[in-house]
Amino acid sequence: MQENKNQGWDNFKGTKWKNKIDVRHFIVKNFTPYKGGHDFLVGASAKTAVLRDKYLELLNEEKKRGGVYKIDSEKVISVLSHDAGYLDKENEVIVGLQTDEPLKRGLNPFGGIRMARTSAIAYGHKVSDLVEEQFKYKTTHNDGVYRVYTPEMKKFRNNGVITGLPDAYGRGRIIGDYRRVALYGVDKLIEEKMNDFVEMGNGYMSDERIRLREELYRQREFLWKLKDMALLYGHDISNPAKNAKEAVQWTYYAYLGAIKEANGAAMSLGRVSTFFDIYIEKDIADGILTETEAQELIDQFVLKLRMARHLRTPEYNDLFVGDPTWVTEAIGGMCEDGRTMVTKTSFRFLHTLYNLETAPEPNMTVLWSKDLPEKFKLYCAKVSHDTSSVQYENDDLMREPFGDDYGIACCVSAMTLGKQMQYFGARCNIVKLLLLCLNGGKDEMTGDQILPESPNYKEMLKDGGVLDYKKVKKRFLESVDYLCEQYVNTMNIIHFMHDKYAYEKVQMALHDTKVERLMAFGIAGISVLADSLSAIKYAKVTPITDERGIVVDYLVEGEFPTFGNDEEGVDDIAKEVVEYFYSSLKKTPCYRDAIHTLSLLTITSNVVYGKLTGNTPCGRKEGEPFAPGANPYHNREKHGALASLNSVAKLSYDYCKDGISNTFSIAPKSLGKNEKMIFENISALLDGYFKSGGFHLNVNMHKKEDLQKAHEAPKEYPNLTVRVSGYAVRFGVLSTKHRQEVLDRTFF
Amino acid sequence: MKLRIHSFETLGAHDGPGLRTVVFFQGCPIKCFYCHNPDMIATKGGIDYSVQEIVAFCKKYKLYHGEKGGVTLSGGEPLMQAEGALDLIRGLKKEGFNVCLDTSGAVLLTDAVKRVLNEIDIVLFDIKHTDADKYFEITGQPIENMLKMLDYIKTISKTFYVRQVIVPNLTDDEKQIKKLKKLAEGAKKVELLPYHTLGAEKWKKLGMEYKLKGISPPSEDVMKRLNSI
Repeated sequence: MQENKNQGWDNFKGTKWKNKIDVRHFIVKNFTPYKGGHDFLVGASAKTAVLRDKYLELLNEEKKRGGVYKIDSEKVISVLSHDAGYLDKENEVIVGLQTDEPLKRGLNPFGGIRMARTSAIAYGHKVSDLVEEQFKYKTTHNDGVYRVYTPEMKKFRNNGVITGLPDAYGRGRIIGDYRRVALYGVDKLIEEKMNDFVEMGNGYMSDERIRLREELYRQREFLWKLKDMALLYGHDISNPAKNAKEAVQWTYYAYLGAIKEANGAAMSLGRVSTFFDIYIEKDIADGILTETEAQELIDQFVLKLRMARHLRTPEYNDLFVGDPTWVTEAIGGMCEDGRTMVTKTSFRFLHTLYNLETAPEPNMTVLWSKDLPEKFKLYCAKVSHDTSSVQYENDDLMREPFGDDYGIACCVSAMTLGKQMQYFGARCNIVKLLLLCLNGGKDEMTGDQILPESPNYKEMLKDGGVLDYKKVKKRFLESVDYLCEQYVNTMNIIHFMHDKYAYEKVQMALHDTKVERLMAFGIAGISVLADSLSAIKYAKVTPITDERGIVVDYLVEGEFPTFGNDEEGVDDIAKEVVEYFYSSLKKTPCYRDAIHTLSLLTITSNVVYGKLTGNTPCGRKEGEPFAPGANPYHNREKHGALASLNSVAKLSYDYCKDGISNTFSIAPKSLGKNEKMIFENISALLDGYFKSGGFHLNVNMHKKEDLQKAHEAPKEYPNLTVRVSGYAVRFGVLSTKHRQEVLDRTFF
Repeated sequence: MKLRIHSFETLGAHDGPGLRTVVFFQGCPIKCFYCHNPDMIATKGGIDYSVQEIVAFCKKYKLYHGEKGGVTLSGGEPLMQAEGALDLIRGLKKEGFNVCLDTSGAVLLTDAVKRVLNEIDIVLFDIKHTDADKYFEITGQPIENMLKMLDYIKTISKTFYVRQVIVPNLTDDEKQIKKLKKLAEGAKKVELLPYHTLGAEKWKKLGMEYKLKGISPPSEDVMKRLNSI
């Protein structure tokens, strides 16, 4: 019986993974590292070409309709809510859509019915009476959170000190180990969960045990639904995939189930390419798959990923611009045994950017190691040069805490696949915090009292009415402590309620039952903060107040070092604040024993945060965007690109396990005269940055003049892709303000 | 000994192989009217740095240099501070840097200069013009110093690149290029660099007259043709 069910397993090496769920072990035992070049790659198959063109047509139509093609507002979307849907059945090798029509978006009100209503109305629809009636009797995640929030938490949230919190939308950032469905088949996964469920029945029924037992019950229920969903397309996924096509299809079904059930902000894919490669290599060796067919599988899989859609509000789009879904795929990296995990399918994945044209999704993330094969490094450089659609992250740094089978959620958040999950916590505006404490806790724009009343700038002066660095810093760090306590508590409420009212059944069913939880906090505006503190420390900064007695501007006399020039005087300030912030967070325990993590990442919220923040002592004007992520503030870098990279590389990953984002724009000509030189130099630059301790780099290779042209006539550059902050986006869909922000950045 | 340095560029991809840290020396004996670094011509100005300071600076970027890259001494004319440059080269080589020298050769071939040439890894030898009169017109110097230095570089079998800025109506005729390639015999590379207008703004800022006003950079076709000679 077992033999029959698991046919295909006999062809693969290793036994441990056959007895216990362990995808990593299967990969390590069976993958074939590839050190050659990209010359084996082939173009899109005829079928893929037809699909691609149909998709591009639809994409165009979607744009014409204001960014949303269609909405099904009649019913709530879930794993089994919609019939099978196709783009072009005859030509689809990999099938499955979220709803019964391509690009049609489903209604997912579990995060909050109000948000769903607003989204529907924004695009000319109305939530059906049926759904309204159903949700009259349903508590949403958003309802739960607002029942419990304290006035202090609401103040922080409403005044833009902590924003983007997932309290009204799906939290996302959870990566199901979608490969498990292909490797084991759903029946085996159900059996394992059943065993855990039974085991959970023994012993003292603590809160946690009761909660987990209920969660397991629901996980199991949704695994059954997942099987039924695949049956709609005529596939029985009870058993393991028997060949490459099934492996890709089964894995996609698992992902599809997740994005039908949940509309989290970032619904990342994990790390599938080397897993797929094992099946592809085997099929090619068996003579049942050609290179064209192999590429076709990957192209069509990627095309499906590009078709993922969620229904969002226009306000959400202000924060995360360009309708991103963060289908992040981690590519490459090294195995703990010293072999590279680059395979031919790592190349095939990147190659989809040529076969399907450049696009922001899936979010291609190369796990860079100094030991990656040279030819792969050069191919990555070529793809960056040609498409600006790749981001790089430091595998040599991540392997230690996360092993060699981790994925990246969203932009820069690593987690061990199937073993760790994340509670996403957006970010706090640390620049605003400084201004608040100079004003005794009052908001410099609205005048509202946000922090508890405290002495204002008058108590932080030295002779001559100039701000005293030591006094400012002391008061600022005290404010950090207050903020961090509120921040952790806010997050605890949000994720308690999210687990309770909008639990991600499919995704969590594809994790071990005993999962490790990370709670991810964030800082926005670190470079503006460091420069402002540097101004106070090294120059003479005199506060200027308005009629309310609130500091609204600063008179700055003298020079001060700025972040991004590889100068200790200011870089150390940034380092110290980050370390302090992290240690302060840790003073308040997280819900469900989650581990605190911290990121320096803004996504595109640097624009919104800037809008909500007054003049700063560093000379940045009220309303102007912050630099994205951990980037130095634009055009303050005076020693060239590498000095800028070095400053960011000094921020330690030890305190920022949720990632440190750096977005880099360079004209190809600055890297060499011809393509060969340019590719070699990109590779050397990445090697250097990561060896220096850098964590992440978005590489944009445009000429500023080209972007300027595209800014003026976006319609003429429909495919121009830029990496903003941890993800890529079509330049033309950015708002004018965001396009301007991209242009204002430093170009090397 | 202190060196007078104008500035540093941490990402140099055009002055020698690989990624390089470029140290721009202050001061140049010639004043080419198309110079793209006119702010480095005056011998006054710049900032004094010790060899240790410069080496320490370069070390911060060593990880980016990879197998091919290193440090390039440029300017200005590094050989105007030959003794300091020699100390610097020794300091850099002790730390394992590959060091290039970007020079116009328009200085006397003193013993100090010879020592620099002996110890440097690669010379980027910028020949302003091959015709003596034109050379004088551009640099205000006789061509002999440059030719003597080129001879010396060949005599000691030093690895060298020959470079020339291609300025329309000045260096872009075939005869001149043929002569250049002849002079470049033994060079590892000949690099023809299209003149660009990025320096013009700097001339204006310095309150100096920019004689090439209105002349546009050579087209890609011209560059291709000259490269194929």
